[in-house]
Amino acid sequence: MSAQPATPSEPLFHARGIVKRFGHVTALSGADFDLYPGEVLAVIGDNGAGKSTLIKVLSGALQPDEGEIHLDGEVVTFKTPLDARRAGIETVYQDLAVAPALDIASNLFLGRELRRGGPLGQVLRMLDKRAMRKEATRALAELNIGVQSVRAAVQDLSGGQRQGVAVARAAKWARRVAIMDEPTAALGVKETRQVLDLIRRVRERGLPVILISHDMPHVFELADRIHIMRLGKRAAVVTPQSHTMQEAVAIMTGAAAA
Amino acid sequence: MGTTADRGNAPLERLLQAGRAVAGYSVAGPLGALLLAMVFFTFESDQFLQGPNLSLILQQVVEVGVLAIGQTLIILTAGIDLSCGAVMAFGMIVMTKLAVHSGVPAIPAILIGIAACAAFGLLNGLFVTKVRLPAFIVTLGTFNIAMALVHIYSNEETIANPPSAMTYFGHTFSIGGTDITYAVVLMLALYALFWFVLTQTKWGNHVYAVGNNPEATRLSGIRTDRLLISVYVVAGVIYGIAALLLIARTQVGDPNAGQTDNLDSITAVVLGGTSLFGGRGAVIGTLFGALIVGVFRNGLVLMGVSSVYQILITGILVILAVSVDQLTHRKERG
Amino acid sequence: MRFSRWLVSLMGVLTVSLALLAGLSSARSDAPAQDTATIKVGLITKTDTNPFFVKMKEGAQKQAKALGVTLLTAAGKIDGDAATQITAIENMVSAGVKGILITPSNDSVVPAIRKARAKGVLVIALDTPPNPASAVDALFATNNFTAGVLIGKYAKVLFKGKTPKIAMLDLFPGPSVGYLRHNGFLSGFGVPGITQKDSTKYKTSPQVVCSADTSGDQAKGQTAMETCLQKSPDINLVYTINEPAAAGAYTALKNAGKAGKVTVVSVDGGCAGVRNVKAGVIAATSQQYPLKMASRGVQAVVNYAKTGKKVSGYTDTGVNLITAKPVAGVPSKGLAFGLANCWG
Repeated sequence: MSAQPATPSEPLFHARGIVKRFGHVTALSGADFDLYPGEVLAVIGDNGAGKSTLIKVLSGALQPDEGEIHLDGEVVTFKTPLDARRAGIETVYQDLAVAPALDIASNLFLGRELRRGGPLGQVLRMLDKRAMRKEATRALAELNIGVQSVRAAVQDLSGGQRQGVAVARAAKWARRVAIMDEPTAALGVKETRQVLDLIRRVRERGLPVILISHDMPHVFELADRIHIMRLGKRAAVVTPQSHTMQEAVAIMTGAAAA
Repeated sequence: MGTTADRGNAPLERLLQAGRAVAGYSVAGPLGALLLAMVFFTFESDQFLQGPNLSLILQQVVEVGVLAIGQTLIILTAGIDLSCGAVMAFGMIVMTKLAVHSGVPAIPAILIGIAACAAFGLLNGLFVTKVRLPAFIVTLGTFNIAMALVHIYSNEETIANPPSAMTYFGHTFSIGGTDITYAVVLMLALYALFWFVLTQTKWGNHVYAVGNNPEATRLSGIRTDRLLISVYVVAGVIYGIAALLLIARTQVGDPNAGQTDNLDSITAVVLGGTSLFGGRGAVIGTLFGALIVGVFRNGLVLMGVSSVYQILITGILVILAVSVDQLTHRKERG
Repeated sequence: MRFSRWLVSLMGVLTVSLALLAGLSSARSDAPAQDTATIKVGLITKTDTNPFFVKMKEGAQKQAKALGVTLLTAAGKIDGDAATQITAIENMVSAGVKGILITPSNDSVVPAIRKARAKGVLVIALDTPPNPASAVDALFATNNFTAGVLIGKYAKVLFKGKTPKIAMLDLFPGPSVGYLRHNGFLSGFGVPGITQKDSTKYKTSPQVVCSADTSGDQAKGQTAMETCLQKSPDINLVYTINEPAAAGAYTALKNAGKAGKVTVVSVDGGCAGVRNVKAGVIAATSQQYPLKMASRGVQAVVNYAKTGKKVSGYTDTGVNLITAKPVAGVPSKGLAFGLANCWG
């Protein structure tokens, strides 16, 4: 369980009045969002409530029609996922976004490969595979993810290991925020447990995590605060201490007022 | 967390891993098939395993062998190029016609020819990325365009007597009594170059990634459109080099050249173990694939066997190669 | 997104302009002078690009113009593109042609031909018979067997008293022309027991030391010759399926230092090939006449339209041996004739 205070300081990452339309459909109608340093914030909501759209806006995959996003006190605009990444926000997508035939080290460094020093790197543009492998081994070990070798192809790993690689990638590169979209959706019991431990360790390193999940028990076990989406807006923010699971679900479905 | 590595076959596994480390991918299959074929023909014909004959096979394989390097790059990105033979023929005609009929000096004519092939590559790349058409369809279209341009520009004439700079790569030098053409050396050098580029550089890594999971590659911040266009353009340049090497070998600019090369280059890539689904394969495998076909063609003639069997065997090998690829990589769906 | 739309519109504009250009340039040549253009004749070739078929089309157009009839033409996109031919047959029948001249890409056009004939359209095969040969009303073609026999006889005289070591550079398995020319050559050379009926299998003889396929292509002809020389370095006579293959074989011989020491014979009589006879690359070639095939075909259709009489059976459009060095007992024509009557 977390020992973080409920609302300290300033929010690290927040958004106000986000509107996003797709043709005649309004997915987000003035949504707000706050993330505080060092916390795990779970985002829950029924299908069509706007969870995925909000997360895509925050991670740069979509541009909002109206509204503002602030990171570390400054206004930011993300035109592409790369912009969000550059701002220090890493996302673990639901389908993991790994290249299965490539090995773990390659996936960890995809798009950010290390080059060798000296003429081999400058002129011949050779990659420093040894350094990447070494760093990949360290990054996985830091989060207690067990793989035999970082030379293994991702497709040869178990579901939990694959998720571990995706989380390790985000944890390694994220400087400010890590977003995880349904990280345990496709996993069995044991592997789910491992991923939840993983997320705890990421938080322990001081990185705040935005966690989208359908799994109420896990949300209530892990999250410091819970952001409830309904009808394209933030319906409420609760904590596992202030509300029960049933009350949270009631707010989600509109059965109860926030 | 558990692991799924198999500890049973440790020494074999290590050998395969070493091979994989060098080639970038397991090429044991194609190499094994090639060696088997060579052993077979050595038994069946006295003339097979002789220096001059082996040198011949290498020379005969240069045309498809070089084209197939470009085809490998494109197939690794999960694309395919049905136009390579026609583009090569176009390059041949441009180079020879400019030099022989328009009096352009040899080197500029060669460069313009290569640029013409690269332009086709650019066209392919643009339509695949910007208009988002499947590579199969785009290259089918450029195949037709290239073929028509070849016939229009050449007026059906074979252009003879190209300048000596164009036939430079047809010259030979001697190794231990056997003559090898410079073209063979260039082909092997190109294979070495692209082995290096594909396994040791960022660009090479990204080529595999975009073929294996284009969305993940895009989300990693890699400009996949630019990457794909560069792959097609590089392939175009390679086709231009193939054109030059074919001029050097046949000493003419032939508008009917390369007609079967479109499919032959794909055959070489598939026999070499590269997956048609993209993201997996080693370029060295393609060399083995091209050599397998060349060895069979040569060996069956030496044996006096009808070429029907060569076609039959090639077909069976292709099906085997694709099946092996499918079966050993089912896990990818998991 | 904007760029891709621009690209597509550019391609569209280019295509339309090219079509207009092509249409404008061909409209001039095809329109008949008078108004007796009510008789329509169709010509369908395997491709539009092979000089053999270009010459055929020329012959047909000339004859159509001379007789004042309309010629409709079509061609497959590549060798073996029967689908385009089938569509063309159907369209031409709808357009009211009295007869269709066709070089069939393969046998899948036979049902369409039968349907056309059932509607009273005369169908004449040019150059290549379909299978079965009775599927068409008539065949106007070179006798490919005779073409082979001529060069075989020529070689026989040349090699009197010598030990021949023969390389056969063939087409590829399938088309009858490959078997007919090959077998004809051997028959003319003196190998007993070979007749014109042998059109589906290669015959051989102990003097043949090597055979390889070339697809009728220069580069593959070179490869085939190289490999045959590897097998039997003392080959001294080479039969080739056509002149591009012969040119490739010659390059291989030259590279092996055997140019001038090995005799190469071929079939076709294209202008490039006859020039190669002049240059000494090919010793002798059998020349065939695609122009005659087409013009006689047009004439036959017009006769049918005017008198209702159908032509039938096989009409040999003739073949001549072209060589710069005639030999006794084998009639041949010289280079001047060859160049004046060549195609391509």
